[in-house]
Amino acid sequence: MLAGTAIALLVVMAMALIRALLGPTIYDRILAVNLFGTKTVLLIAVAGFLFGRPDFLDIALTYALINFISVIGVLRFFEYSNAQTDGKGA
Amino acid sequence: MRYTVSIFTLLILFWLGNSGHYSTLLLAMGFLSTGFVVAVVRRMNVVDHESQPLHMLTWKLLSYYGWLFVQILRSNVDVVYRIWRGNDVLSPTVASLTMMQESDIGKVIFANSITLTPGTVAMDLENNRVLIHALTRNSIDELQGGDMNRRVAQLEGRN
Amino acid sequence: MDILLSLVSQFCLALGAFLIFSGGVGVLRFPDFYTRMHAAGVTETLAAGLILVGLMILAGWSLVLFKLVLILLFIMITSPTASHALAKSALHGKLEPFRQVKQEGE
Repeated sequence: MLAGTAIALLVVMAMALIRALLGPTIYDRILAVNLFGTKTVLLIAVAGFLFGRPDFLDIALTYALINFISVIGVLRFFEYSNAQTDGKGA
Repeated sequence: MRYTVSIFTLLILFWLGNSGHYSTLLLAMGFLSTGFVVAVVRRMNVVDHESQPLHMLTWKLLSYYGWLFVQILRSNVDVVYRIWRGNDVLSPTVASLTMMQESDIGKVIFANSITLTPGTVAMDLENNRVLIHALTRNSIDELQGGDMNRRVAQLEGRN
Repeated sequence: MDILLSLVSQFCLALGAFLIFSGGVGVLRFPDFYTRMHAAGVTETLAAGLILVGLMILAGWSLVLFKLVLILLFIMITSPTASHALAKSALHGKLEPFRQVKQEGE
């Protein structure tokens, strides 16, 4: 079942990428990237068990931290700089 | 003082849990870096009741999170059902709600609980109103029933 | 007992995978940004929790368990914060919710 979960996670990551490409607003893209990031954390954790190397969990933890900080950072940038374009740009 | 002790204990536990190596050298290094971090956060003046709401740690909080877990379960099932049914069963709604909580931490817990349950997201907070976006009108009605609101307000206690 | 535990773990992983997949479908299928946000919320609460609980049962009593609990706590704390920040900046960016129905009053 571990392999099945990993495949489901990969499929969802692909779906998130499609949403990031389709847009249409910048917020959809940030949402998709955030989704991609949290699924990466889970994928790393599952892969650690799949290959019998639980050390991967440290990487998952670090990735969770970085993902959160980066999403907040990007949002701080767009919250006020993008008001006049109705968020339709990019 | 007790906030300093609590953050020190928390960081030491964090180090011990993540390290997995218990030789004298590494333990000493952990002790030193924890001490350094505590000194830095004390200098930043963020070691207080706001960063560590110790007075909220009661059995009531635990039972509240148990109740919230059941709510999360229910709304997850609801949202998944609506995902597979398609866009016809959606009725996106925006509404604002008055918060009964008085302290900042109470308001934060309430808004966090709203966001944590799928189907409702707290969009904006000002003074004691919270603006909510919901996937269906039902979940807004449920929030306006005020069950969650009252439970978080009881959690605050008076101290 | 071992067989029972591994069955429970398999069940958690399978259900988590299904919920994750549903969330992904919702993100693709829902009509506008605000509704997609709710679909993403499904994958970040119950689905992530189920997958991590399944892994915890596999791990047994060890430091690995502690790290998994830490990851779960972290996701539970950060995901509402990120959703709120996202919704707030979309609101300030004047993004109109789809078929908005204003409700006044309490």
